[in-house]
Amino acid sequence: MIHAMTISAGAPAAGVPAVEAFEERAAATARRHRLEVCHFAVAVAAFGLGAVMGVTQSLSRAGFAVPFRNEAVYYVSMTAHGVLMAIVFTTFFIMGLGYLLLRETLGRIALEGLAWASWWIAVIGTAMTAAAILSGSSTVLYTFYPPLKAHWSFYLGATLVVAGSWGFCAAVIASYRAFRRANPGRPVPLAVHGILTTVIIWLLATAGLAVEDLTMLLPWSFGLVEKIDPLIARTWFWWFGHPLVYFWLLPAYVIWYTILPRVAGGRLYSDQIARAVFVMFILFSTPVGFHHQFADPGIGSGWKLAHTVGTYIIIFPSLVTAFTVIASLETAGRLKGARGLFDWIGKLPWSDPLFASIALAMLTFAIGGFGGAINAAYAMNSMVHNTAFIQGHFHLTVGTAVALTFLGTCYWLLPRLLGRELRFRRLAQWQPYLWFAGMMMFSLTNHITGLEGMPRRLFAVDYQGAAVARQWQGLTAVSAAGGVVLFVSSLCFLVVVIATAFRGRRIEPPPIELAVPLGAPPATRNVWERFGLWSAVAVVLIVAAYAYPIYHLYAMHRFGSVGYQPF
Amino acid sequence: MHVELYERIWMVLAAVMIAGFLAVMISSSVAHAVHPPSHVETIDPAAVAADPDFSRPRVEVRQDGSALVVGTAEMYAFKPETVRVPRGKSVTFRLTSPDVIHGYQVVGTNANAMILPGYVTQFTTVFPRAGEYLLACNEYCGLAHHLMQGKVIVEEPRPGGQLAPGQQAAPRGPRHGAEHGAEHGAEHADKEARQ
Repeated sequence: MIHAMTISAGAPAAGVPAVEAFEERAAATARRHRLEVCHFAVAVAAFGLGAVMGVTQSLSRAGFAVPFRNEAVYYVSMTAHGVLMAIVFTTFFIMGLGYLLLRETLGRIALEGLAWASWWIAVIGTAMTAAAILSGSSTVLYTFYPPLKAHWSFYLGATLVVAGSWGFCAAVIASYRAFRRANPGRPVPLAVHGILTTVIIWLLATAGLAVEDLTMLLPWSFGLVEKIDPLIARTWFWWFGHPLVYFWLLPAYVIWYTILPRVAGGRLYSDQIARAVFVMFILFSTPVGFHHQFADPGIGSGWKLAHTVGTYIIIFPSLVTAFTVIASLETAGRLKGARGLFDWIGKLPWSDPLFASIALAMLTFAIGGFGGAINAAYAMNSMVHNTAFIQGHFHLTVGTAVALTFLGTCYWLLPRLLGRELRFRRLAQWQPYLWFAGMMMFSLTNHITGLEGMPRRLFAVDYQGAAVARQWQGLTAVSAAGGVVLFVSSLCFLVVVIATAFRGRRIEPPPIELAVPLGAPPATRNVWERFGLWSAVAVVLIVAAYAYPIYHLYAMHRFGSVGYQPF
Repeated sequence: MHVELYERIWMVLAAVMIAGFLAVMISSSVAHAVHPPSHVETIDPAAVAADPDFSRPRVEVRQDGSALVVGTAEMYAFKPETVRVPRGKSVTFRLTSPDVIHGYQVVGTNANAMILPGYVTQFTTVFPRAGEYLLACNEYCGLAHHLMQGKVIVEEPRPGGQLAPGQQAAPRGPRHGAEHGAEHGAEHADKEARQ
């Protein structure tokens, strides 16, 4: 299949009319990438639905009389927005991207039949969960903390989505092993290194979710057991919930390292550092979950402090990424003739939708990263815990650094996967800037109101006229305006994607080319390729961070809680 | 592995910054005993209403002027709804929930803790400024989450630490299974996060 790509980039064979040839090749490309396209299609659909939920929420919270404005609709929409955006959109996009990178860099996907079965399982799970949410029987938000009790189909659907993602993990690992067998001693392509890292983190993370789901939530929602322990459930949830962040982020990093420098016209600054960064994420993504539970009773402060240390260590690979990616972009500017200290920035392709999306995503991530360091600060967390600061924060990180990267990548993918020219290119060029502007309005105001103490997840922010709540009103209205700008940006994206997918002019599919590093990477496997070893070290760190506190929770004399459905 | 000079400088600076952050946090938590609420104690959520302690939501002012607030967070109210505490004295909160998870946030202060059914949340803080503060639930607890509110009124301490009318000391009810040592926890908590 690599050969097919190479040929497709070349001149048409003699004697064949050129028009027909490239139209055929475009259709063949679309057929070859059906698995990926089906994943991206679910991701885009989830994004579209989630965007509608998002804008109605931001308006509703600010008190605008949107249709059907009431508490029940608000919290249903909040649950759906969280699940669709943070779980469905991201997971399906990541799986599609993973399959594409395997196919393009390794030549084939091992276990492609399993990959298709997994797609179906995840789609059925998504449909079940979505139906449970929209029926109003499962308004438990996307953190689903018991003793809030959803309908069993909510938990079962979520379990199926995760089961589907495990099929993806199996396909990635099998493809990697096939590569190793066929290429003894050779390092794996960087993109696959990053995807494999993502998969390892996802398996470590979802182990915690599986325990919560299979041993607690499912039996409880089926009525097999009456009571559930809220703290133990939260602990397993956050075992999963923080590495989930890196499951979202690392595929974005893969794009930043392997696609962005090429699109910008430069080189990847350092292949080896990128691999070292991925390995650091394997080690430190998971043993950090208590920084989400600083304010919880029942967990000793010493353990919370220990998880704080891990959380801060994991800032390091992101800072290194910032250097490597920006240095890669500088090489692009220099190759285009920049000589001064900063003029290379102006030489970058700011009107390219993929480039603009990712550049703005990275800028946003810089702000979000420092906000994250505040959240994770052992004592300072008290000032922001469960305030609007938190939603402000994660809309910068997953909501922009990750999501905007994925949206921008869709523009890059469409011609390459479908052999169709991007329609409404002007909209695609403006969309990332609109997103950035809307997100700054939405997110910065939430950071400010959060610092002023406004709680998160509120249907209304007036607190029946409380004095302190008055200062939140104006900023909440600005955040709603930001929500509208974000929605307009989302519509631009959807129009471009849908119009291109169905009505785009057939073109010669551009080649899928990844960034070339400055300086040759080592020709043989080195320490950064030792995935088994690093996974084992990661398990040791997780055991060190969690074994005793979890043992202690289970060993304590506890009472459990019955379920509640106050929605 | 070969690392370019500039990248090496960047890495060192990044590591130094992170180490600096951690040093500040660890030293302040150790030297000044600043910790998030981390008390370990369990209680049967179904028995909160009958519990000798939590069935009487109240504020007790001790002889030394410090105060103890005992109460609950439940759908959709705080008990006591209005909490009067002395300014500049240590105030210990003991809270639990008979139903779902709630948040206990005294808006504009660092009093911010989760209230989980089945567990007792306990933390101690000091309110340095007098005034009326919004007490808000900051964890989604059902459709009226946004209406769950109360008031914390921080006032000048009464001379001699006298008890205000209606505020009496009461014996603690029996606690269950606090293996990790409720007493140790309470002692430790008395030095917790200060405003």
